[in-house]
Amino acid sequence: MSEVLTRVADGTQAPHTVSVAGADRSGRGRAVLVTVLKSLLALVFGLPLLFMIVSSFKPDTQIFADLGGVRAFLPVGDIGLDNYTGVFDRVPFAQFLFNSVFISVATVVGGLVVNSMAAFVLARMRFRGQKVMLAVILATLIVPFEVMALPLLWEVNLLPYFDGVEFSQGWLDTYAVQIVPFIANAFSIFLFYQYFDTIPKELDEAAMIDGAGWFRIYRSIIVPLSGPAIATVAILTFLPAWNQYLWPLMVTQSEAVRPAMVGIDYFRQLNVSWGQLMAYASVITVPVLVLFIAFQRSFVNSIASSGVKG
Amino acid sequence: MKSSTRRRLTFGAAVVTATTLLLTGCAKGGGTSSSSEDGTITLWTHNAGNAGELGAIQTIVDDFNASQSDYEVDLQAFPQDSYNQSVTAAAAAKKLPCIMDIDGPNVPNWAWAGYLAPLEGMDEELSDYLPTTVGKYDDEIYSYGFYDVSLVMVSRQSILDENGIRTPTIDQPWTKDEFADALAKLKASGKYEYPADFATGLTGEWWPYAYSPFLQSFGGDLIDRDDYKSADGVLNGPEAVEWATWFRGLAANGDIALKSGSDPAQDFANGKTGILYSGSWTAVPLRKAFDDTVFLPTVDLGQGPKIGGGSWQWGMSATCENTEAASAYLKFAAQDEYVAKVATDTNNIPTTPGAAAEVPGFEDGGENDIFRQYAEEYAVLRPVTPGYPFIATTFTKAAQDILNGADPQATLDQATKDIDANQQQNNYFQ
Repeated sequence: MSEVLTRVADGTQAPHTVSVAGADRSGRGRAVLVTVLKSLLALVFGLPLLFMIVSSFKPDTQIFADLGGVRAFLPVGDIGLDNYTGVFDRVPFAQFLFNSVFISVATVVGGLVVNSMAAFVLARMRFRGQKVMLAVILATLIVPFEVMALPLLWEVNLLPYFDGVEFSQGWLDTYAVQIVPFIANAFSIFLFYQYFDTIPKELDEAAMIDGAGWFRIYRSIIVPLSGPAIATVAILTFLPAWNQYLWPLMVTQSEAVRPAMVGIDYFRQLNVSWGQLMAYASVITVPVLVLFIAFQRSFVNSIASSGVKG
Repeated sequence: MKSSTRRRLTFGAAVVTATTLLLTGCAKGGGTSSSSEDGTITLWTHNAGNAGELGAIQTIVDDFNASQSDYEVDLQAFPQDSYNQSVTAAAAAKKLPCIMDIDGPNVPNWAWAGYLAPLEGMDEELSDYLPTTVGKYDDEIYSYGFYDVSLVMVSRQSILDENGIRTPTIDQPWTKDEFADALAKLKASGKYEYPADFATGLTGEWWPYAYSPFLQSFGGDLIDRDDYKSADGVLNGPEAVEWATWFRGLAANGDIALKSGSDPAQDFANGKTGILYSGSWTAVPLRKAFDDTVFLPTVDLGQGPKIGGGSWQWGMSATCENTEAASAYLKFAAQDEYVAKVATDTNNIPTTPGAAAEVPGFEDGGENDIFRQYAEEYAVLRPVTPGYPFIATTFTKAAQDILNGADPQATLDQATKDIDANQQQNNYFQ
């Protein structure tokens, strides 16, 4: 470096050239370092997934024999599809998958409508107690679900239920009990509220002059302008709905309405079927992976804008 | 707000609500009530995903339904790992089924909590059942099981022979010193990651089930069984401290892992350990792995070998509205034929001698007969008190702390204090 500086000082080398070359080198070095660090980080998060998928093709004995080394992450040895065959023999997989998809999609759809409407009212309309209402809604964010689980169980157990033919008491063992309590969500309302608040209020006034009512403003102006917020809320609602475990465990009793996540317990017997467990975990991860690949940009944006991690 | 706008908003909200209810309201699993007017009762089992046992239970249910026309039993299966949470949630909602299975040590607690009703008039049917398979509390029978399981020391005859280790028998099990000597020989061979695997990586009920028998073999216990009021003197006495010191010593000497792998049986099959402390449920996979697998009695640490007793059992819920149907089913299912069926399909110890004669391997001299002998000779019930779940978690924490190096006396004193306080707070579950 000192030699280069000397040459620049005595005029044998153009300073401009030196700085660009030096900047290029240091830039490349930094890029390589960042890439290496990113790769290491990717390995930390990627290896468990790779282990899960690779192990799903191996018999139990080999999974444990390979554990000590790099073979654990390689599709080598006695590879086959027996674990996947076993999964489909052991659990009503199609039923569980349908249940999970239905519950998650219904929660997302219901959540988008209800929470965006609630946020619209709080962000765009003016009425007494508006701020207090927003504060109360946000305050519910600090209460963990585990605290509310038992009271919620008692509550849904007392509600009237109509199955299309007759009324009965209690929502246990239904789709409804896995969807309805999770539609209204304070965090989603907050995200929508934040976004709606940035849309100029003049749009509402102009629409009102043209004769539009509040619902028309919501439907024709605010919703079409809120694509990013809708994507964010959809993703952040779908993931917890898909991953629900404790609640369905408490409220479902039959396989007809049991979601895929609870199905993983089917493989944890006295003699655990590790290969089948890995195969099942791989298969129920696929829908989330597909969703991630399809909406990768929205995923990243949603996490960046919401401050949610993991 | 304009009235037309309000109408539209109201309409929009109604549409959303109706759509949601329509979407979600179409399906109901249909199994929450304990009985219905048409004589159908619901039965819950923890066997979802366990094809062998679930198939056997389904056979009994089908046979019962076909044997008469008054009642119908509807089976619903739950995964074992989360079964207790499901039952507890259903009990909180007063939606327990008429018939359900229960893990043996939980019977007193569930009876005390009002989940279970006593089984009337079954003394004759259950007269020749293994004592550990009949769930009693307050001098009443609340449950019975088709089978029991047995804790064993698993090894290979070739391992014992190569290392000059005596093969223990039911009449002459290993003594404490002999076991220490066996571990030393296995360690000296240099062939194993650890000479023995005590499955210390497992969690939950395994800890009290597997390790309290060692405590009892030293002469200690989880609670004083004279009146079930205090653990003082039995959980923190000299025998208990001796147990704790021995248990800690195994890990400190490198004889067992501080935390074993997720599946100790697989590690044994892969040759990582020379002796496996596990149960009769490993018989099928480990006989498949080696043709010289041996299932040995546990160690005599002073008061003779001890093993935990009591496995899954069947009972009737206290909220069952059709107790006649439930009783009819429970009596029907208690026949030797079905005990044999379940034991055969699960390879567990059949609870009656009559059934044992029908189950391949469990007949006198059969390859599995040894498990039944262990259950008869060594089994100790876990404390028959509603306080058992608390005792179990307290003991588990103490044992884990001791294994990790905590002072034995101080740790056991604290556990004793906690258990005594819980018994006292609940008025000794009177």
